[in-house]
Amino acid sequence: MSTPNEGAAGKKHINLKIWRQESPDHEGRFEEFKLPYVKGANVISCLMEIQKNPVTADGKKTTPVVWDSNCLEEVCGSCPMNINGRVRMACSSLVDKLEDPITLEPLSKFPLVRDLAVDRQRMFLALKQVKAWIRIDGTYNLGPGPKQPQGNHAQMYTLSCCMTCGCCLEACPQVQPDNNFIGAAAISQVRLFNMHPTGAFTADERLAGLMQDGGIQDCGKAQNCVEVCPKEIPLTTSISAMNREVTMKVVRDLFFEDVAGKGVGGPG
Amino acid sequence: MAEARYTVVGGGLAGLMAVIKLAEAGKHVDLLSIVPVKRSHSVCAQGGINGAVNTKGEGDSPDIHVKDTLRGGDFLAEQVSVKGMCYAAPGIIYLLDRMGVTFNRTPEGLLDFRRFGGTLYNRTAFAGATTGQQLLYALDEQVRRYEADGLVTKYEYWEWLGMVKDGAGRCVGSVAVDLRTMEIRSFPAEAVMLATGGPGIVFGRSTNSVINTGTAAGRAFIEGAAYANAEFIQVHPTSIPGADKLRLMSESVRGEGGRVWVPRKKGESRPPRDIPDADRYYFLEEKYPKYGNLVPRDVATREIFEVCRNQGLGVGGKDGVYLDVTHIPAKVLDAKIKGVMEIYEKFVGEDPRHTPMIIFPGMHYSMGGLYVTFQPGKDDVPEVNHPKNQATTVPGLYAAGEVDHAYHGANRLGANSLLSCIYSGMIGGPAMIAYAKGQEKKAPAEVFESARKYWVDRFEQIRKLSGSENPYQMGAELGDWMTENVTVVRYNDKLKKTLVKLAEMKDRWSRVNVLDVSNNSNRTLSYVNQLWNMLELGQLITQCALLRDESRGSHFKPDASLPEPKTRDPREDAEWMKLWQVRNDKWAKTTVARWAPNGPEVSYEAVATPVLAPEPRWYA
Repeated sequence: MSTPNEGAAGKKHINLKIWRQESPDHEGRFEEFKLPYVKGANVISCLMEIQKNPVTADGKKTTPVVWDSNCLEEVCGSCPMNINGRVRMACSSLVDKLEDPITLEPLSKFPLVRDLAVDRQRMFLALKQVKAWIRIDGTYNLGPGPKQPQGNHAQMYTLSCCMTCGCCLEACPQVQPDNNFIGAAAISQVRLFNMHPTGAFTADERLAGLMQDGGIQDCGKAQNCVEVCPKEIPLTTSISAMNREVTMKVVRDLFFEDVAGKGVGGPG
Repeated sequence: MAEARYTVVGGGLAGLMAVIKLAEAGKHVDLLSIVPVKRSHSVCAQGGINGAVNTKGEGDSPDIHVKDTLRGGDFLAEQVSVKGMCYAAPGIIYLLDRMGVTFNRTPEGLLDFRRFGGTLYNRTAFAGATTGQQLLYALDEQVRRYEADGLVTKYEYWEWLGMVKDGAGRCVGSVAVDLRTMEIRSFPAEAVMLATGGPGIVFGRSTNSVINTGTAAGRAFIEGAAYANAEFIQVHPTSIPGADKLRLMSESVRGEGGRVWVPRKKGESRPPRDIPDADRYYFLEEKYPKYGNLVPRDVATREIFEVCRNQGLGVGGKDGVYLDVTHIPAKVLDAKIKGVMEIYEKFVGEDPRHTPMIIFPGMHYSMGGLYVTFQPGKDDVPEVNHPKNQATTVPGLYAAGEVDHAYHGANRLGANSLLSCIYSGMIGGPAMIAYAKGQEKKAPAEVFESARKYWVDRFEQIRKLSGSENPYQMGAELGDWMTENVTVVRYNDKLKKTLVKLAEMKDRWSRVNVLDVSNNSNRTLSYVNQLWNMLELGQLITQCALLRDESRGSHFKPDASLPEPKTRDPREDAEWMKLWQVRNDKWAKTTVARWAPNGPEVSYEAVATPVLAPEPRWYA
């Protein structure tokens, strides 16, 4: 960002340039909109204003813009977009901090649905691939869970704030619409679940998920992910930690697989 | 379909918990959700989840939790379910802990608990100030596991439109629309559960997510499900006013020691940190020495309104009071309520660790919802695996979470909603299985086709609407009217005017312009349909508010309130107690509404009180 309109003294209007595309099969184009300036406005509140009067800056009637959003307080993960060329959450993108005109484009690494809405199903599939859950015995009352130190909690809490928004995938040069790299979010979730005392029991299953096609080996260490994470999750730390665990698993599998198979010894 | 299937609508805490219970019993579940379930509104809950685990040596117990909840709800809550919930609460918190929720810990490594409103005990387990997010993720992960096992099929970006009923009036399935392809299809089911959340968007700007239009509940009401206690709308005392929404500032901010105040002097011009203590009016602490800043939400909200609107003491002469945590070390704030500190910082641009926040009440939660029943079992808690639990008045249709009416009466206590969502899903899922066992299997194929056709036609009708009204403008107008007239303070003349307005808006609905006729992700098409259901709910809430001529919990009518008692403990004021008794005999009743073409038909049902007899509610 060069010179954000901080404070925006005397500002009367907000100008937006929004990518419009009715479907992946249609041609896309930009449409421009001019809205009255409102203090505290964010990108979503602007899109909502356009809904109430879907007319372009040159007075042409158009359809309301289609986008995904829900909580509007940056916790549900619905609304990442490319805003002025950078991926970020639209709800917390305050107009006063953005250069005018504001350009809105859909994420480019995911299949387009319409306008600014994309399909991020690959992220949820990745969570399935790495078995991002704790295998509990059942939902009956089986008493308290394991004790956990405060320090551990602080780390795990940070990781568990990942909202599967997709900013990290969008910024990653290794993620492409036509490949299946699982991306930083899912890798970091493996770290979270493997840190949990019960989750650790099945750590190997998750590491195996990381070693499949499209797994951690596809990471090119560009480190863009950690730069764009709206929750400031230490994604690159997670990736190196999981790289180490995966390497150790490879070594373990190599040297101890036969022994373990014969049931004569532990992991050594 | 070869095997028995169940439908759960909504992927928040209640829906996901019901899904887990169904899948755990080996049942196949179709999970319909208007957004990917991980983005459901439960994610917004901040402060925590209540359970009387009593880890702080305070002598807390589930019985005290029951009492706090029933008193907090001014004795309108359904008592059997409340008792069941409070007794199940410690086990639910343990279950969540086992699922890996990152709850805050004590130095010994145990679960930490904090204080919340309407109780004197540290009863609230929490994961920073994003507890709802962490809980939702834990359940989402368990459901993903069942999805991987093939027991759960998710239909995300599918919107529930209405029931499919058979000739006998049983709900035998649903019709839903794929919000991307706009395909409309039916989903046959042994039983259907609505876990579709609250109606915040009926009030325009609220603390709710944009999907919380209440549309499913509104439609179920139109289709014959009774709706109860519609007039009880919780306005949260502390939210950040915004043009697009009112962002919640968790009650945990006060639970961790945050103080609410305004300058004593009208027109005070000094910045807040330069105002000495003597010139600050800590109005909650002064008026309620026992509970202080942690009085129940309805009480805190009314006091903030009073101070701003009637005494003119709002910050800068406007709506707004200080919520101050600047006396708490930043490190403590970050360990316990970082999530909300960041929300304030991001959206207001000031650091609340150093500058007192400015907040104002915002519509937050509906205590009322679809009328549901329970089967009282031993010890006055719901009998497990009974088909009556969480059942609406339509056989085969269940409701759980904010969309049901049962657990919170006239006012909900903070951190009881995450609990009620999970508990209701937990008993609702097994209730659906028990119900299905007693039913004949087949519903005739025609009922599904004719229900589907109804919706295809309805959407085609909407697609042809080419009038002059912008539907989103109308939605905003509805919100403005509801917020102005049907939230904190209610007057009958204004409620009547609102009803006239709503009738007029329903008339205008047919002159809407659909704005978009495409067949791909046509959100406006869906919104215009939702708008009708929102208008129905608006009418329902307003009508029930008009008819209830008393003040109780969140429902406050200055013209129909009891006078202040002359003693601090009202029970010592014999005259006042007589007035209270008369009021209670008349109004301690559940409002039950049935849909009718000319507006809701409202009746009142006595609240059974096997657990706790009503008593005056006071917090001084």
